[in-house]
Amino acid sequence: MKELSELNLPDDVRYAESHEWAKPEGDKVKVGITDYAQDQLGDIVFVELPEAGDSFEKGEEFGTVESVKAVSELYMPVGGEIVAANTSLEDSPERVNNRPYSDGWMIEVKLDDASEMDGLLTNDAYLEKLKG
Amino acid sequence: MKEYPGTTGLILNEPLLWEKGKKGRTGYSLPRRDVESYPVDESFVSDGPDFPDLSEVDVIRHYIRLSQWNFSVDSGMYPLGSCTMKYNPKTNERQVSQPGFAGAHPLLPPHLSQGILRLMFELEKFLVDITGMDAASLQPAAGAHGELAGMLLFHAYHKSKGSPRSKIIVPDTAHGTNPASAALCGYQPVTIKSNDKGILAPEDVSQIMDEETAGIMVTNPNTLGLFEENIKEIAEIVHAKDGLVYCDGANMNAVMGIVHMGDIGIDVLHLNLHKTFSSPHGGGGPGSGPVCVRKHLEPFLPIPRVIEKEGQHLLSVDFPESIGKLHAFYGNVGVLIRAYSYILSMGADNLKKASQLAVLNAAYIKQKLKDTLHLAYGRPCMHECVFSDKNQQVHKVTTLDMVKRLMDYGFHPPTIYFPLVVPGAIMIEPTETESKEDIDLFIDSMKAIANEAKENTELLREAPKNSRRRRLDETAAARKPCLRG
Amino acid sequence: MRYLPHTPEDISAMLQAIGVKSLEDLFPTVPYDCRRTGDLKLPEALTEWELNKHIDKLSNTMAVSPEFRVFLGAGSYDHYIPASVSYLLSRSEFVTSYTPYQPEISQGTLQAIFEYQTLTARLLGMDVANASQYDGASSIAEALLMAVRITRQKKVAVSRLIHPNYRQVIETYFAPTDCEIIELPYTEAGITDLSKINDLENLAAVAVQSPNFFGCIEDLQSSAKKAHDKKALSVVGFTEPLAYGMYKNPGSFDADIACGEGQSLGIPRTFGGPALGMFAAKQKYVRNIPGRLVGQTADVEGRRGFVLTLATREQHIRREKATSNICTNHSLCALAASIYMASVGGSGFKELARLNYDKCEYLKDQLRKAGYSLPFSQSTFNELVVQFPEGFETTYQDLLKKRIIAGLPLECYYPELANHYLLCVTETMAKEDIDTLVKEIVT
Repeated sequence: MKELSELNLPDDVRYAESHEWAKPEGDKVKVGITDYAQDQLGDIVFVELPEAGDSFEKGEEFGTVESVKAVSELYMPVGGEIVAANTSLEDSPERVNNRPYSDGWMIEVKLDDASEMDGLLTNDAYLEKLKG
Repeated sequence: MKEYPGTTGLILNEPLLWEKGKKGRTGYSLPRRDVESYPVDESFVSDGPDFPDLSEVDVIRHYIRLSQWNFSVDSGMYPLGSCTMKYNPKTNERQVSQPGFAGAHPLLPPHLSQGILRLMFELEKFLVDITGMDAASLQPAAGAHGELAGMLLFHAYHKSKGSPRSKIIVPDTAHGTNPASAALCGYQPVTIKSNDKGILAPEDVSQIMDEETAGIMVTNPNTLGLFEENIKEIAEIVHAKDGLVYCDGANMNAVMGIVHMGDIGIDVLHLNLHKTFSSPHGGGGPGSGPVCVRKHLEPFLPIPRVIEKEGQHLLSVDFPESIGKLHAFYGNVGVLIRAYSYILSMGADNLKKASQLAVLNAAYIKQKLKDTLHLAYGRPCMHECVFSDKNQQVHKVTTLDMVKRLMDYGFHPPTIYFPLVVPGAIMIEPTETESKEDIDLFIDSMKAIANEAKENTELLREAPKNSRRRRLDETAAARKPCLRG
Repeated sequence: MRYLPHTPEDISAMLQAIGVKSLEDLFPTVPYDCRRTGDLKLPEALTEWELNKHIDKLSNTMAVSPEFRVFLGAGSYDHYIPASVSYLLSRSEFVTSYTPYQPEISQGTLQAIFEYQTLTARLLGMDVANASQYDGASSIAEALLMAVRITRQKKVAVSRLIHPNYRQVIETYFAPTDCEIIELPYTEAGITDLSKINDLENLAAVAVQSPNFFGCIEDLQSSAKKAHDKKALSVVGFTEPLAYGMYKNPGSFDADIACGEGQSLGIPRTFGGPALGMFAAKQKYVRNIPGRLVGQTADVEGRRGFVLTLATREQHIRREKATSNICTNHSLCALAASIYMASVGGSGFKELARLNYDKCEYLKDQLRKAGYSLPFSQSTFNELVVQFPEGFETTYQDLLKKRIIAGLPLECYYPELANHYLLCVTETMAKEDIDTLVKEIVT
């Protein structure tokens, strides 16, 4: 497992304490899990995602991610309607391990309330949380 | 130089069934055709299944070779915590294969099946005596099935009182089957943490026990191998709110003839005949998970029940409050016969002694290994003891590495990474049927491995080396499942 | 005691190492008020030889062939079991091993289960099969719960010709849920009347059994179509998988789940258990399947090997959110079935099925010639329903004295079927046994 100093925590996304990231793209937000989360889970073998059109509130469970011997719930960092889900993860779940902030994205959300983004953590604040 | 049991041998390769054989071969003596062939509605007819055609020799060699790739209790010590891998007596196999039992149709009229009915009736009485409960049902086909039966009993009981409940208390040390069984009955499991001594604290139970809670599921002795010392007080708290106490009897092997489950406030308890009562595990089943109950739950037991009437044994469905049937017939009768055979072979004194020796073996291992491996809890253990890889973390060696290496020494690994409350857990249950010599050899192996962890970590990370296959890629198996050929 | 290896010297040495004086002192954490005061009241221990005598006495009271001619089927069937099957099944390495959680030293069990999954999937015509479950009854109950999970609907339509005991088990499993079971009646031909489905909405599954409890072959095409029209799953149960040696299997009719009892495949009846719950489904539902699955993979040297896989569905990981609470498979029974299927082989399986069919047709023929009515016209396998004249109960009891069990009286399962009996013949009944049965019934 990685040391905290080895983590890739880009500054163009915001972080949730439940280890998801959110990145504004136009009027939408892309969501995935952080480098820390994928590293803790180990080799990811399956990702269960919602369908476009489903709506969830901030903090609600929207899917699960599985390694060989663990299942973790995925929580909405921001509330809104699912515009797209990354269906390529069905066949290539390893993308979440290899490139968690690009190919490994999970859902695209149309925000209900733009101010929810402000409640998320910066990379520095997230790292501080991880240091506990 | 000490000789450990692990070595290599000439192990033969063998392809999959359908990679061998040829059309035109057979391994079966087709019964004589003494009737003519009748017409058939062709619209229903198929070409038959796509099975390979093999000779009897093909089949025999195939499965003999496969069998030689397995480790088993009959080949060596199998200290798998929580699984009670004791020796499986051979006389049990003789008894179950008697033609009168093996060939018996389950719907025989009662007067033509007295022998098996009597056996089941007596076995219920034996289990009731051993547990200190009032009545039993032999129907559940496995431990988890027994848990389901128990939860259905809870459900039926509360319903009969006019107050169905929605929650159930489950300790953080419980087997995963506990919350899963409760969920099947619509109960929301509420997790309760064990305290710093590894057991449940009455005040924690009393904080969450309310009139919406159906009761509590405890495992006693628990999965840390510790006796739940506060069980009586906990039961009183639960009973005070009209709740019920379920005991997962997976660890009954520690307390036969020692603890009276009825007196300590247990309302329902399931047994694992394939653990405590010596029936073999068969590579994963069949087992048998009878449930034992106190008087107030007896009306709800599954039907049919074996009863005695005027010296005859009968199957009765005349129990209007019963939860119903759980099995197509009466449960895993073959496993019941083995357990019955075991109890009769042992008798009261030897059953109690078996529990004492099971605890002796575990306590001895705990004592001998506590300076080598990190001990999770220092309290006196029952039939199993739980260590972790904490001492080896400095060498970047994990529990998995150590137990894989243990295979090379000729032992089956203990249960690992369970219970979840002990990170890197190594849970050792030797059982009473292991001799002091074999246990000493096991202890020496663990010590040798702990030494290798310091001096030759690669050896551990690459283990096992002597087995037919080395570590397998479980990630690939789960990412692109190939479940058939 | 021969299973307890400790000598008194061993015990003292071990107690001394631990630092306690006696075996009783090993239990300091068990409070005194939790201890049993009296001794166990079990009978005195028997020697091995006394036990043999005792068991022989019990087992000799049982009515079994060849002393009895037992024409009972109804979910438990008498088939010849080759000596090679029983012999292989007694191998310690299969019998006395645990669930294959440590794959490196469990490849025998793992490959055998992978082969079982494959043969089962091929027999039933389905994409994937699990490593087996308890029995036919719990398999179908689990199948219906799975359909409820997948469709998120709460109604299941269940044929009245599914084994009555299985239907009782379904009711037990469903009792604490808020799901509704709707019973489908049967037609004059002896198959499920599917017309009721047209009026049902929010359906999770349509479940039928084929061959059904009367031995009749169901119209699986129609049951699947009706299910799919309602966006429900088509569940096909069975108690006699040998039928698929000659009849089309559930997969050829687009079944979503096929599940049932595999006792016929080389497993002794043993008064109803242990048996074999067979369970197979379409690939797209694989992550919703209950129970264990074995998958193929490779070891670090790239050699083929097998592991338990997709374990995240299961209770030990997902706990209360698991697909089922089941944590065993009937591994040894699945092994028996595999060895049996491999021994009989593809060609043999077809021939054996046909022989079973023909024996049953012969019995039907003889009963008709003797003037009895066979009320259901549908094609059957192994079993048939016959209507005997009023008062046949006395003849039935007389036949028991002559060591003939003339089938199963159906009235207690189907009150409308007084004097109807379910008879079963397999390859183990010789023509002369069948002739004797008919002759004795007539006189």
